[in-house]
Amino acid sequence: MNVVALPEAEVRLEPRARRRRLPIIPLGIIGVFVLAAVLAPLLSPADPYEQSLRLRYRPPVWEERGSWSYPLGTDRLGRDLLSRMIHGARVSLAAGVLTVLVASAFGAAVGLVAGYYGGRVDATLMRVTDATLSFPVILLALILAVTVGPSFANVVIAIAVILWARYARVIRGQVLTLMRLDFIAQARIAGAGAWRVITRHLLPNTLNTLVVLVTLQIGYVIIVEASLSFLGAGIPPPTPAWGGMIAEGRDVVTSAWWVSFFPGLAILLVVLAFNLLGDWLRDTLDPRLRQL
Amino acid sequence: MHMLRFVFFRLLQSVVTLAILSIVVFVLARATGDPLHMILPMSATAEDYDNARKYLGLDRPYVEQYLSFVGRAVVGDFGNSIRARRPVSELLRQRLPNSFKLAAFAMGVSLALAFPLGIMAAVKKDTGIDRTAQIVSILGQSLPTFWVAIVLVEVVSGRLQWLPAGGNEGLSSYILPGFTLGWFVVAGLMRLLRSGMLEVLDSEYVKLARLKGVTEARVVWVHALKNALIPVVTFAGIYFAILVTTAIVVETVFAWPGLGRLAYDGITSRDFPVIQAVVLTTAVIVAAVNLCVDCLYAVIDPRIRYSR
Repeated sequence: MNVVALPEAEVRLEPRARRRRLPIIPLGIIGVFVLAAVLAPLLSPADPYEQSLRLRYRPPVWEERGSWSYPLGTDRLGRDLLSRMIHGARVSLAAGVLTVLVASAFGAAVGLVAGYYGGRVDATLMRVTDATLSFPVILLALILAVTVGPSFANVVIAIAVILWARYARVIRGQVLTLMRLDFIAQARIAGAGAWRVITRHLLPNTLNTLVVLVTLQIGYVIIVEASLSFLGAGIPPPTPAWGGMIAEGRDVVTSAWWVSFFPGLAILLVVLAFNLLGDWLRDTLDPRLRQL
Repeated sequence: MHMLRFVFFRLLQSVVTLAILSIVVFVLARATGDPLHMILPMSATAEDYDNARKYLGLDRPYVEQYLSFVGRAVVGDFGNSIRARRPVSELLRQRLPNSFKLAAFAMGVSLALAFPLGIMAAVKKDTGIDRTAQIVSILGQSLPTFWVAIVLVEVVSGRLQWLPAGGNEGLSSYILPGFTLGWFVVAGLMRLLRSGMLEVLDSEYVKLARLKGVTEARVVWVHALKNALIPVVTFAGIYFAILVTTAIVVETVFAWPGLGRLAYDGITSRDFPVIQAVVLTTAVIVAAVNLCVDCLYAVIDPRIRYSR
């Protein structure tokens, strides 16, 4: 029986081994954007806020009227597009990372508590979680934008207030499985209290899942933030945000395509990189999560 | 009996969700400045303010104001649009059917793409087909829809002049917005189908079916697909919420006369009654769809009914 099974096992190993290879391209893309975001003032060739009406809608360098002073051209107010893109990376990445960190911390806490205590605590928390899950993020951001006014903080709050529920759901499911295992029972017999069991035993065992979820959701949050800024309910101008820049170029796509094309390309690259990295992490760390 | 109990509690949950949301909307509306500043002219005196406050009932206790707000919202009275100077309910009645039609068309597009792609990807795992399907899916998830929409308008309607760029004039107007909206949802659906199919195709009863001599086509399309559909149904509610959200953005770019476009115009002119109405209406629709999905799920999978 073993002899027959061996070659099949080898055949199966091959694609898996290929998948384990470090995803260099996504990591590279993320690295470049993170670098651009961190070093934005040093890297950008011009001031992203400096306007010059004489230099409106200059095309990128390779087009006929382009020049090296504005490698990707200028926008409606004559601002350097490349500099705005580099500063926009700051906004998008900061919004993505901050939102996901807040949401995952809160969601994981809820999931851990619900899974650990079970019973009525679990039932109540999960009802709230389900209710939150079914609510469209953009609507909440719209209300906030119209009442409180659009701002970076409101974008983070609006998305995080909804996003935590995903973490709570998944982590709670994992905790329920973990609670049935012997080492948790042993820890409790040894006198470990709720706090100790949750932080020392449950949390470390859900970290892999958390890392996968966080990576996959950064891309999603960047898209949502860009959509909100595009609608005018996100990060208000003149702060350079990719979504807002696309909105600014929308009415002039025919005459000045670059104004909205490059920010869109930047969003695509970053989100694609985070999604690919997240997929790879999931296949490597936690194949059970395939459905997320 | 279990089913009735399930539906009852699930309905209760939807009502609670909507109640919480209406409180949020109400509190935000009241907490952020006097609505009279938006209604009365600059030259209004203190006396005008007092009269208006009494007339609009803003001098009554908050609880009473909230209850009358909910009471009116339930029968579809959301007040007047500040910009259009018409009842918001009239605007809703005009726009809602358009949004439904677009959503239905987009859902059709995404199902037509997701089913063949997801199933083929699972059956021909690790081949070119699988990889192509993965690329289509990951691109759909990574592309900002509003950008895809702008690029499509520029290339397909602008340069090639094949399809109308916006508005709703006949079937050809559906293609671009429907495709843009559908593609974003395809990704998730396809992934669910693929992983579900892979799991089922690997199971004991599929092996048994094959041993019995059931044809491969029947195994894939009947035995496997039926079970792979369960996770798809579970996530249908979440995908619907995503579809609604994305529709706001897509409608804006394609000047589609639907709810999303209404919301966008509402934001740009700070038309609070309109935003409030769009948010509440959408929330009710999403809640209703989720309720139906969960009940459907309970019918398909009896374990859910008994878990409560």
